[in-house]
Amino acid sequence: MSILVVADHHNADLVAATANTVAAAQKIGGDIHVLVAGEACQAAAEAAAKLEGVAKVLVADHAAYNHQLAENLAPLVADLAKAYSHVLAPATTNGKNLMPRVAALLDVAQISEIISVESADTFKRPIYAGSAIATVQSSDAVKVLTVRATGFDAVAATGNAAIEAVAQDAQDAGLSSFVGEEIAKSDRPELTAARVVISGGRGLGSAENFAKLDPLADKLGAAIGASRAAVDAGFVPNDMQVGQTGKIVAPELYIAFGISGAIQHLAGMKDSKVIVAVNKDEEAPIFQVADYGLVADLFEVLPQLEQQI
Amino acid sequence: MKVLVAVKRVVDYNVKVRVKADQSDVDLTNVKMAMNPFCEIAVEEAVRLKEKGVATEIVVVSIGPKKSEEQMRTAMALGADRGILIETDEALDSLAVAKLLNKVVADEQPGLVLLGKQSIDTDNNQTGQMLSALAGMSLGTYASEVAIEGEQLNLVREIDGGLQKLQLKLPAVVTVDLRLNEPRYARLPDIMKAKKKPLEVKTPADYGVDTASKVTTLKVEPPAERQAGIKVASVEELVDKLKNEAKVI
Ligand SMILES: Cc1cc2nc3c(=O)[nH]c(=O)nc-3n(C[C@H](O)[C@H](O)[C@H](O)COP(=O)(O)OP(=O)(O)OC[C@H]3O[C@@H](n4cnc5c(N)ncnc54)[C@H](O)[C@@H]3O)c2cc1C
Ligand SMILES: Nc1ncnc2c1ncn2[C@@H]1O[C@H](COP(=O)(O)O)[C@@H](O)[C@H]1O
Repeated sequence: MSILVVADHHNADLVAATANTVAAAQKIGGDIHVLVAGEACQAAAEAAAKLEGVAKVLVADHAAYNHQLAENLAPLVADLAKAYSHVLAPATTNGKNLMPRVAALLDVAQISEIISVESADTFKRPIYAGSAIATVQSSDAVKVLTVRATGFDAVAATGNAAIEAVAQDAQDAGLSSFVGEEIAKSDRPELTAARVVISGGRGLGSAENFAKLDPLADKLGAAIGASRAAVDAGFVPNDMQVGQTGKIVAPELYIAFGISGAIQHLAGMKDSKVIVAVNKDEEAPIFQVADYGLVADLFEVLPQLEQQI
Repeated sequence: MKVLVAVKRVVDYNVKVRVKADQSDVDLTNVKMAMNPFCEIAVEEAVRLKEKGVATEIVVVSIGPKKSEEQMRTAMALGADRGILIETDEALDSLAVAKLLNKVVADEQPGLVLLGKQSIDTDNNQTGQMLSALAGMSLGTYASEVAIEGEQLNLVREIDGGLQKLQLKLPAVVTVDLRLNEPRYARLPDIMKAKKKPLEVKTPADYGVDTASKVTTLKVEPPAERQAGIKVASVEELVDKLKNEAKVI
């Protein structure tokens, strides 16, 4: 058995969830190759080569693969896939955009967001916003999977795999083109990889008020997340949304301020190790998953908490 | 331009779903069903394109049980012109759904296909991507802005780090995200009118598509329960617990 992991990366660096995806590949067992497809992506390839358990890194360096446009990248992955029993990618927006297109080209199913590997053909995945966990078995010749990072501990960066260019005839399919992007810049840790996450909801009331989470986050070295209501109301950008249809996080400590605890939000954070909720409504459903609940006005709690930590 | 919108009947997003005792599936008996929320956003976008004079006809298509007609009528009350139901009582996987949609695309030749980014039941997030591959069309997932200019579609999409702008060549497949628009409510007269709009009923066999899946569900379990937590009375107590009991700060 051999497994192809499609790296998510930004050419100059590797997206952390790639290391969790390699961990999932190790659970399946077999030779693990990582594909880094991009433009001027040598640095990402070198980072991938360091991932423990990786036997070989394949690099496809071409303008057509920049920004990982699915129309250009899927044919390459589908072509390579024929030599593998499994193709895995992290369940990042890039992975989720690409892999179903790969699967369709291969005429196989795609299994989304696995959280555990039961055997080489059997996997667990959450459904209904995490209200149920399905165990699914695939008899497809090539298993195409996306991997939820929180289900697998990242492999260490102590490896030293060979890096090889893939022979390719890369082509721009001419269907879509990259125009630009607005990427949030932050000195804080990445939301999905942070040890501590502090999240705010509609209870924060405004964008200015949302910034009141900053001092506490600074003190704890935390990433900041948000509920959908906070994003929809324009307090913060979309990339901060935690939940069923946002980011999935499982930090050591998750602190929710002014979040009611709708199932769609819980789906994104209820596997956190310790959950704290601050809400002025003692009936708020968030308290059902909180290890420590504090019924109080968050605006009174925030400065006190920052001071006492 | 003709716009095709794929809508799915799913459990209402407010329902707390439970697993059946025999772990064969979730229990959907007597549970409220609705249009997948992302599909509502897709329908709304199509209607707005029609209001702008960009879309000329909106066709909704659904694959599912007879009762999916309810959701199709809702889409028609919101502004879709006609519907195609591909009736099946089996829960098809996304590949089968995409293959059927691809047949409809071949028949209808739409300039744009709108889908939700994700079904809230299976949480698959696959169908649009698969359809784009089968139909050889451009793909824009997680759309938060859609604008059509001539033969191009200017798209803003929600990605992990923020927002990305792409230009897609038409015809295109676009899957929609939460921030694209806020769907309107259907008005009573429109609900009445929708009942008279054409709704064609087909079967997967009519399209000659093999819908068998290579993936079988072995069991469906409830997730691990969290231990019940406690309420603390003060910030002092909270800090003490986090430091000395949970040891996370
Ligand atoms: C298809 C779909 C997908 C969705 N995906 C997501 C998702 O990915 N992530 C997500 O989060 N949601 C998602 N939602 C939305 C979800 O259903 C809820 O609407 C949302 O999570 C509510 O956000 P909230 O808790 O911030 O707001 P609310 O539910 O309005 O709660 C605000 C809370 O703040 C408390 N509060 C107010 N003022 C204070 C104060 N001064 N001090 C203390 N507490 C205060 C209130 O008591 C209340 O509990 C989705 C919904 C749908 C339909
Ligand atoms: N059975 C179906 N009938 C019609 N549309 C569907 C069906 N299944 C999925 N879709 C479309 O594909 C989107 C994404 O679904 P999924 O890939 O299942 O998460 C949905 O929001 C619908 O627009």
